[in-house]
Order: sequence, then structure tokens, then C-alpha cells
Amino acid sequence: MSFPLLTLTAGLPALGAIATAAVPAARRGAAKWLALVVSLATLVLAAIAFVRFDPGGARYQLTESHAWIADFGVRYELGVDGIAVALIGLTALLVPFVIAAGWHDADPLEEKNPNRRWRPTQGFFALILLVEAMVIISFEATDVFLFYIFFEAMLIPMYFLIGGFGDRAHEHGEEEAARQRSYAAVKFLLYNLAGGLIMLAAVIGLYAVTADQLGQGTFSLQEILQARAAGELDMSTTAERALFLGFFFAFAVKAPLFPLHTWLPNAMGEATAPVAVLITAVVDKVGTFAMLRFCLQLFPEASKWATPAILVLALISIVYGALLAVGQRDIKRLIAYASISHFGFIILGIFAMTSQGQGGATLYMVNHGISTAALMLVAGFLISRRGSRLIASYGGVQKVAPVLAGTFLIGGLATLSLPGLAPFVSEFLVLVGTFSRYPAVGIIATTGIVLAALYVLVLYQRTMTGPVKAEVQGMPDLKVRELAVVAPLIALLIVLGVYPKPLTDVVNPAVQQTLSDVHKTDPKPALEASK
Amino acid sequence: MDYLIGWLVLLPLLGAGVLLTGGRRLDRTGHWIGTVLAGSSFVVAAVLFFDMLGRSGEDRALHSTAFTWISVGSFKADVAFQLDQLSMTFALLITGVGTLIHIYSIGYMEHDERRRRFFGYLNLFLAAMLLLVLADNYLLLYVGWEGVGLASYLLIGFWQHKPSAATAAKKAFIVNRVGDVGLSIAIMLMFTTFGTFTFGPVLGAVDGAGEGVLTGIGLMLLLAACGKSAQVPLQSWLGDAMEGPTPVSALIHAATMVTAGVYLITRSGAIFDAAPTAQVAVVTVGAVTLLFGAIVGCAKDDIKKALAGSTMSQIGYMVMAAGLGPIGYVFAIMHLVTHGFFKAGLFLGAGSVMHGMNDEVDMRKYGALRKYMPVTFVTFGLGYLAIIGFPGLSGFFSKDKIIEAAFAKGGTEGWILGGAALLGAGITAFYMTRVMLMTFFGEKRWEPDAEGHEPHPHESPKSMTIPMVVLAFGSVFAGFLFSWNEAFVKWLEPVTSFEEAHPPMGAAAVTGATMVVMLLGVGLAWAMYGRRPVPSVAPRASWLTRAARRDLLQDDFNHVALVLPGEYLTRGLVYVDHKGVDGVVNGTAAAVGGLSGRMRRLQNGYVRSYAVSMLAGTAVLVAATLLMRGVA
Repeated sequence: MSFPLLTLTAGLPALGAIATAAVPAARRGAAKWLALVVSLATLVLAAIAFVRFDPGGARYQLTESHAWIADFGVRYELGVDGIAVALIGLTALLVPFVIAAGWHDADPLEEKNPNRRWRPTQGFFALILLVEAMVIISFEATDVFLFYIFFEAMLIPMYFLIGGFGDRAHEHGEEEAARQRSYAAVKFLLYNLAGGLIMLAAVIGLYAVTADQLGQGTFSLQEILQARAAGELDMSTTAERALFLGFFFAFAVKAPLFPLHTWLPNAMGEATAPVAVLITAVVDKVGTFAMLRFCLQLFPEASKWATPAILVLALISIVYGALLAVGQRDIKRLIAYASISHFGFIILGIFAMTSQGQGGATLYMVNHGISTAALMLVAGFLISRRGSRLIASYGGVQKVAPVLAGTFLIGGLATLSLPGLAPFVSEFLVLVGTFSRYPAVGIIATTGIVLAALYVLVLYQRTMTGPVKAEVQGMPDLKVRELAVVAPLIALLIVLGVYPKPLTDVVNPAVQQTLSDVHKTDPKPALEASK
Repeated sequence: MDYLIGWLVLLPLLGAGVLLTGGRRLDRTGHWIGTVLAGSSFVVAAVLFFDMLGRSGEDRALHSTAFTWISVGSFKADVAFQLDQLSMTFALLITGVGTLIHIYSIGYMEHDERRRRFFGYLNLFLAAMLLLVLADNYLLLYVGWEGVGLASYLLIGFWQHKPSAATAAKKAFIVNRVGDVGLSIAIMLMFTTFGTFTFGPVLGAVDGAGEGVLTGIGLMLLLAACGKSAQVPLQSWLGDAMEGPTPVSALIHAATMVTAGVYLITRSGAIFDAAPTAQVAVVTVGAVTLLFGAIVGCAKDDIKKALAGSTMSQIGYMVMAAGLGPIGYVFAIMHLVTHGFFKAGLFLGAGSVMHGMNDEVDMRKYGALRKYMPVTFVTFGLGYLAIIGFPGLSGFFSKDKIIEAAFAKGGTEGWILGGAALLGAGITAFYMTRVMLMTFFGEKRWEPDAEGHEPHPHESPKSMTIPMVVLAFGSVFAGFLFSWNEAFVKWLEPVTSFEEAHPPMGAAAVTGATMVVMLLGVGLAWAMYGRRPVPSVAPRASWLTRAARRDLLQDDFNHVALVLPGEYLTRGLVYVDHKGVDGVVNGTAAAVGGLSGRMRRLQNGYVRSYAVSMLAGTAVLVAATLLMRGVA
């Protein structure tokens, strides 16, 4: 048995979470450092996995496989393809920034306000690490049941992070903030729980189908794929479609896709900025990732069957999310709606079923994570200075805090996919990949390009330019810790915008595999086809 | 030599990086760093130019591939450069005028506390613009294309504390994004048609493609050009862009960036030549814009906005010429270069006037300045003579050729285009004479500024006047040099192809007619603004003048047609999302779970219910599994 690198990558933050939670209250400062060190060590492990992954090698690598609940065919099976290894890298990369950005978000409130609830610092950081562990193992699991467990279990720490450590800034005071926070946390839970329960039914259904046809039920992705390839497994059209819908529903809630998106603006609005990043940049990616890994691979025919409807919903997400972003008064909700628009692009790319579409979608997941982290974290720094999330509370910040404004602008430019920054590469690939199979869909999706410019630049104009508002006067510029959080993210956006090759090299073979699972090949150029 | 091409882009990019991240310690030297790097880029361009002259016309193009940028499936884009005569022309113009304007800005921005950042943005602009003209494929061109848009955004909004500047910057970027969509669709069409979007393979394979798809690509490229080059219907941003510091207006919004659309069309000439419908659209846009801009230019009292109208109009000439095909490409580019000289010179002159007049832009408050600012007067005057097409000066040669080519198009189309171009020449003479007279002649109409400072007009410092003098030389001699022995035609012909234009009435008649309308324009302006005093408050005027003062109602149209419906739609959707989509789903959830009452003590209650449901789910799973095993 080889070295269990994947188990370790997911296990380290889990152990770190326990250790962090166990730090005594008197030494809560140490808990922060412990969490940061653990997250950095996890990043090292993820980097090793990324480097050791051989793009020309087997589809799933670094595999581990152990019997777990033998009676029900549940196995502890891990393995990564290029898509998973890239997303594990993203997760491990972002969590240290989330921790550093949220350094003071869970500090105890002033002693003189005994009515305020004490906020356990250790708990905050332990929960972040716990989410990280669960997200990473979700990317690694190649056993459907194993995946399901962590896909669902990550709701619990997320619930506490949103409800327990939310943003204290609210225009109607602290009590209203607490009420909104609870509401957002519950809404997050209910939506995802509903999705999860439907998926559970489908998971059971999948077991039933495999048990019926193979004699022995299994949740193993690889076994199912092999059985299908060998012709031993042949789902009926109805069964496949029903199971596909069960899985897809859960992933579409998590992603989120219109019309299941409304939990996201609440959750991202009420959570602190670092937790909002955790939601949209990390946790939500499990949804789109799972569409690629489970929906397409397990149910290729049903995926093709559902494609028209999904493309329409993705298009609506793109345009609708962007229009709603334009109409927001709250900075964080604006970014949330922008994310909904971007998730529309990701899902569009996945279901365009071309190598540019799916490769672009995978890149999009990574790039959206980094760009949203940059924008949202700077927004969080801004909000923490003024205690308001409303766009109208700001004006002229550029004059008093030019570095903050500059980094905010770069985050915004990445969000609107400016060429030269990473998101442009992925957005263009998604568009061209979609266009080459569905020209009309690709053209409609380009409206997202214009609307993104609108919501980003209007946000920048209203907050950063114009005369300096009295309340903004004297606002301090970014501190060293804050700059240390933002600068590497910006550097990464530039590097991956100019030289995305390390990422595409790893992702491309996995995408080709997925395409061959659904029996799709890229459309040929018209000139070549006519010859 | 080819390895030098990348340095053209890298040098100013390095400058931008250093200046924008270097912090306050570079405040004292930043403008020199920026200027030296711009100048070095010009030196590199000059070296490459002389190297190119050493080779014969057909093998002057250089290629250099830096690295593979994106490669997914058959989609492959390189960071690779192509330097041929067309891009060489632009590289010299961009780095040459760019360096002059860096020098000018040292003086012009001397008292601005953010001067270092200004030079950082200028360097960023140069890098992006050079990338745009040096890229060997459309996707890399796109990077430069939006890069110049970003630099333009940053520089229009440089004085961000002014809401008008911030609004103008945002407007420019968003209107340009509409055009950029055209460019992305064009690239996608190329990819699905040709399997590539590199210049050589695409333009070489045009013959095999259907006219329908080529028309589509052409129209999308035209949309892109309309955005960047402020052509109707995407023209509305250019006037507002005058909010930026004047050197920016000279470099970006007159001499270089706004001509990128002309570059794009000329570069893609093979596509347009094979798509006559798209060409008709191009010449129509050009002809409409050349009149539109000229009419707006007549009505503006703001000297920069009058010049902006003029820029639109002159680019209209270039776009029209490019739409005429091989009879026009060379002259589109020739006019682009001469215009680069005289319009940059005119803007720098306007900046010099503003510098001496407490930043006043209203020409009704100028007058009689020729005595106080002699260098500005003479250089501006030469630029004026060049733009109206005074015989022997730059504009005469380049504009005359375009008017000839328009008539040579033949048939009704030729008469319409030629007539529009001729009429435009007359209006140009009118509005430019008006600017000249209101600014430098007549009575003093000076007024104290908002803080009560009386203007004390004075000549600008050497750092500002020297660039003006250099550009004035270009305005005077460039056209003559280019036309000497058809030098410019021979230079560009291998890249753009060329056909002699034969206007039906003969070239001499066209030149004669142009002279007549020019004199009419000058005479009319003199009658209105030279012979009698200019009122210092704009008089009420005819409906056409009032419409022209409002930019022929472009913003009113956009407001009614786009902004208002957009606002209502957005507000409606926000309401629907909150009440409708959210309400339905939540209502269902509350009804199903009967949970709304428990909202207040959620924390524990929900986790418990969650745990219960997990447990229930697992139980169901176990039961189902057992059942299945029993069945099996």
C-alpha cells in the first residue's frame, strides 16, 4: 500500500480542527496561529498532490481503497483526476487567506457589553478547518456514498459559521443583524438539506439499480463505470433520468442555479466576508464539480437528455444574476449575485459538452474562487472600517485609502473578466466552447460580459470615487496583514491570466475522459468539415 | 531582430508595474522613469524600422512567438507577435507621439500630487496599445484591445473626486464593452469556421469560407471598431471622455487608441473584401459618423469637446476609407498618421491654452490669446491648417485621397459617399475656423474662475511647447513626405494591397471641389465669428444647433432606449427575486415543515431536526438496502 496522501490532505485539517477547538480559552490567540499553520501545511500537501499527479497517467491517481460498510457495498475509496486535483489546490490555497482575513472576526466582544454573546475564537477557526477537510474529501471521494456523507456533513459547520459568526454590520442595528443572520443560516440549511434529501433518495436508487443488475450493490464510481463499459450495467432510460435529476437537484442547489439560488445572497450577505468566500469560492464548487464527476459520468444519456433545459437555466442564471447584481444596494449581496451569474457560466460550460466548455468551466471554478476571494475580502476590509454593507454609505474612498481602492478595483476587474487576468481565460473558453455547439446560446451569454462591467464599475464608482464622504474621512488604508492577504491573490490572478498552462495541462486529459464518457467529440471547424 | 518586438511591449509594461506598485518613494522620479521607458520603446521601434527598411517589401514581416498562452483541445492561442509594415507604422506613431506626450505631461501635471500614478497609467496604455497592434492573433489583440480600454478608463477618471470624471470613465468602459462583445463573437466565429484565429491562417483561408459567415465576422468586427473608435452608434462616450487630463485626450482619445477600429478593419481587410455587405455597413458607419462628429463639433463651446467632435469625424473618414477596400486602406492609415500628428498637436495646444487660462475650457471666455501665447498660437494654427486640408499641409494629402477614393467607388454609392466626404470637409473648415477665431482672435472675453482668480494667460513651459513644435512639424510635412513618390503607398501595399482610385470626374476636379468647400467653410465661420464679436454667453439658437449642443441627442436617446428600461427591469427583478422566487420556495419550506414558528430559537432546534433527518435518511437507506438484498 502506498502512502495515503489524499487521506492525509483531508485528514490534516480535520485533526487541526480538533486541536484548534481544544486550545484553552485563555490562549485563544494561539488557536489562530495553529489554524493558520495547519492550513498552510494542508496547502503543502495539496501542492505535493498537484505535482505528483501525472496528467498523462491513469484517470484516477493517488487512489486509496478500503472496505468500509461491506454489507452495503460502501467503500472508502479516494482518487483524484485533473479536475479534482485542481480544485483541491484551490481549496487548500484559499483557506489560509480566509483564516488570515478573518483574524479578528471572532475576537471576543468588549467586556463592557455583557449582553453580547461571547464568540469562541477557537470554534470559528476550528469550523473553517472542518469545512476545508470535508470539502477536500468530497473532491477526493470516488465512492458515491462516501461523497454523499461529506457533501451533507459540511452543512453543519457552515451553518454555525453563518449563524454564529455572522457580519455584525447592519443598517437597523445589532438585533436586526442577529435576526437576519439566523434567518440566512436556516435558509442555507433548509435549501441544501432539501437538495441533500432528494439526492439521498437517488443514492439509494443507484444502489438498488446496481444491486439489481450486478448482483452486488455498489457505490464505487469506478466499478459502475467499468460495469457499464463491459455492458453488464444497463440502466433503463427512466431510471437513469430519475437518478440524474435527484443528483442534479442537490448539486444545482449547492452551485447554485436559478431558481434555487436565493439562499446564496442571504448567506453571503450575513456571513462575514471570509466565510462568504468560503461559501462561494470553496463549498459551492463541490456542486459544480459533482455535476462533472457524478452527473456526467454516472448518467451520460440522461445528462444529454437534460442538456437543453439546463442550458436555459444556466443562461437565465447568467443574465438574471447579473441584472440583480446591478440592482443591489448591499456590497456583499452584489458580489453574491455576481457569483450566481458566474455559476451560470460554469454550468453552461459543463453542459456545452466540448473540451473548451468543460476545460473552461474547470478553470472558471478555480479562477472564480480566486477573483471572488480578492474582491470579497477587500470588500470585507472596507466594511469592517465603516460598519456598513450599504453601497450608499461610501464615497470617495479612493482619496483616503488608495491601496484599498486599487486592490478593490483589481478584484472587480477580475470579476468582469478583464483580459490579462485569469477569469478572462476561463470565461472565453466557456463562451467559445458553448458557441461552437450552440451558437445562439453562446451569443446570449455574452450579454453577461457587458452586465459584469456595469455592476462592477457602478459599485466602484459609488464607493470609491466622487467627493470624500464625511464618514469615510480618515479611513485607514490597508494594513500589512490585509495587504498580505490580497497581494498574493492578485499576483495569482495575473500569473494564471498570462500563463494558465500548468492548470490546463492537468485539467485537459480529465476533460477529454469526461467527454468520452458522454460520447461527445468537439465540433469540427466549418472549413475542415466541408472538405 | 525579432526578439526585440516583445521589448516594445515590455518596456512600458515594466514602467507601469514599477510606477503603480513603487509607492511614494518614486514620487520625485516617477515621471522621468515613465518618460525614459516610453522613449526607449520608441528607440526600439526606430531600430526595428531601420532594420525593416533594409529588407525588400515582401519579406519585411517579422514573427516572434513568446510562449503558448491557452491550449485546450483544438483551441490554441499563443503570445506571439507579428511586425509588418502596418504594425510598424502604428508602433512608430504610438511610441513617438506617446513619448512626446509623456514629455508634455511632465510640465502639464507638475502640480498634481498623483503625477507618478498618471505616468504609470500612461505607460500601461502604451504597453496595451503596442500589444494590440503587434499581436499575431485576434485573441491576443483582444487583450490589448481591452487593455487600452482599461488605461482609458483609469485616465478619463484620473480626477476621480469629480463625479463627472468618474461617470465619464465608467460610461466609456461600458460602451466599449458592447463593442468588445462584437470582437469576442467575431473570434468565436473564426474559431468555428477556420479552427484558428491567428491572422495569417484566417486571412489566408478566407476564399474557402462562405460569404454569410464572413459577413457575420465583418459586422462583428465593425461593432468592435464602433466602440473603440467612437463611431455611430457607439459614439456617445468620446465627448464625455474629455473629462480626462488633456494629454490623455491628445494621446488616447485623438492620436492612437480611438484609431484602433481603423487598424482592426484594415488588418482584417481580406475578410471585408470578401464580404461586400459588411463593407457597405462599414462605409455607412464612416460616412454617418464623419457628418455626425462634424455637426457636433460646430456647436460646442468647450474647446476639448469641439475637438472631440472633430476626432469622431476624422475617424469617420478613416473608417469610410477602410470600408472602400484596396482603394482605401492605405489612405485610411495615411490619414490616421497625419491626423495623429495634427490632432495630438491641436489637443496639446488646447491644453496649453487651458494651462494659461485657469483650466477654463469655454471658448466664449477666451479670445485674443495669440499675443499672449505665441508658440501655442503658431503650432495650433499649423495644426488647424493641416486639418482643414490647406494645400501642401498633411491633411490636404491624406483627406483629398480619401474623398477621391469615395467618389471612385462608383455609381450612386460613390456619389453619396463622395458627397458626404466633401460636405464633411466644408464643415470641418467651418468648425475649426470657429475654434481658431474664438480662441486666438477677437476681443478678450476672459472671466475669473470659480475662486475669483483672474486669468493671466502666459506661454507654457518648454517641456510643453517642444512637443507641440515637433507635432507641428509633423502636421506640416508628413503628408508631403508620405506622398513624395508615393512612398506611403509603396510602404503599405505589400500588407494591405492597393488599387489606384479613379473618380469619375477626375482627381483634379475632386481636389478643386474640396478647395471650394473648404473656402466656403472658412468664409462662413469668419462671417459669423470673425467679423462680429462673439457673445460670452451662448445665444439661443436654431433647433439643429441646440440638438448639436446636446450631441444630437445621443444621451437622450440612450437614456430613453436603454437606461430607463434597464433601471425598471432591474428594479422589477429585484422585487420579483425577493417576493416571488424567494417567497415561493420559502413558503413551501415553511408550509412543509411548519417551521416558521420556530424561527426564533433556531440554533439548536434546527440542528436537532437536521440530525433527525440525517438519521431518518440513513435508516431509510439501511432499510432499502436490506430490502434489496432480500430481493436479490
